[in-house]
Amino acid sequence: MADEIKIDKTIDIKGQVCPYTFVRSKLAIEKMNLGEVLEIVTDHKPASENVPKSMENEGQKVLKIDQAGEKEWHIIVRKDKEKKKS
Amino acid sequence: MDFTEDQILRYSRHILLPEVGGDGQEKILNAKVVLVGAGGLGSPVGYYLAAAGVGTIGVIDNDRVEISNLQRQIAHNTSRLGVLKADSAKETYETLNHDVKVVTHKERLTSANIKNIIKDYDIVVDGSDNFPTRYLVNDACVMLKKTLVSAAVFRFEGQVMTIFPGEGPCYRCLFEVPPPPGMVPSCQEAGILGVVTGVIGTLQATEVIKAILGIGHPLKGKLLLWNALDMSFRTVKVPRNKECPVCGEHPTIKELIDYEQFCSMSH
Repeated sequence: MADEIKIDKTIDIKGQVCPYTFVRSKLAIEKMNLGEVLEIVTDHKPASENVPKSMENEGQKVLKIDQAGEKEWHIIVRKDKEKKKS
Repeated sequence: MDFTEDQILRYSRHILLPEVGGDGQEKILNAKVVLVGAGGLGSPVGYYLAAAGVGTIGVIDNDRVEISNLQRQIAHNTSRLGVLKADSAKETYETLNHDVKVVTHKERLTSANIKNIIKDYDIVVDGSDNFPTRYLVNDACVMLKKTLVSAAVFRFEGQVMTIFPGEGPCYRCLFEVPPPPGMVPSCQEAGILGVVTGVIGTLQATEVIKAILGIGHPLKGKLLLWNALDMSFRTVKVPRNKECPVCGEHPTIKELIDYEQFCSMSH
């Protein structure tokens, strides 16, 4: 698997279900700097769709969603936005 | 900060909100809020603040739980009759959430003790049931520049306003002096629909959490009025009064005033 994207941090949240998949992904990306890339490893199929959607909703950039096995997805997200302030 | 596993689960529905997130939840956990009164208003305010994870909640109250309180004061219960309300509320809130530390202040607020009690808190919540305390709390918050979430209830209605000293009007900008004794119905004759204190207290808790997070639009310069029978909300603009005796350009009140208590019975 040719992967040009530099990963700054990986979290393995296998075993987690929604909404904690996104909760944990969000807590991880909050601590990162703008432009850094987070890899989220999940075995929960709904999360492979919901986590990227929620990340986009919060202004982050989903670079890639790889299915690495029958029950394993790697979601690659770049931090494009600091927390929304109103 | 690093949340514990329990905290991630407990606060997950906050963390999911774009306006809150992990760093917003951390602000809530670090916040210090003091409740003036653990009665009809203070009970739900403290309950929701404890659930939200406000790290330090002060409770100022020197009354004991009476059976006539339980129609509305949800921090207490029948097994706590005769217990100091501050202790009862502490038990309720800390049982709900071990992240919360409740500091009890079992005394009646006066001009002599109020500043010392509220100085260590970020936000003050007024749930008092009498005018002398209401004015004392307002004046002390103006002098110490503390955010004050003020509210009052009467029969089927209630009102809320959030006071940011120096930025918006204070309670005296709205009502310069307390009404004279006899002008307003005393507590004994007024009556209150229990749930009204829940609605208004919950609105106060909402204002507190928004202020902690710095999100949305507070009731700054706005008095919210709610009527249960009409199920109507109204918001009235309240300007700052340049002549306000406590927060105006030339304040005449420079020391706290202990007005005469003219309705102190709670039966």
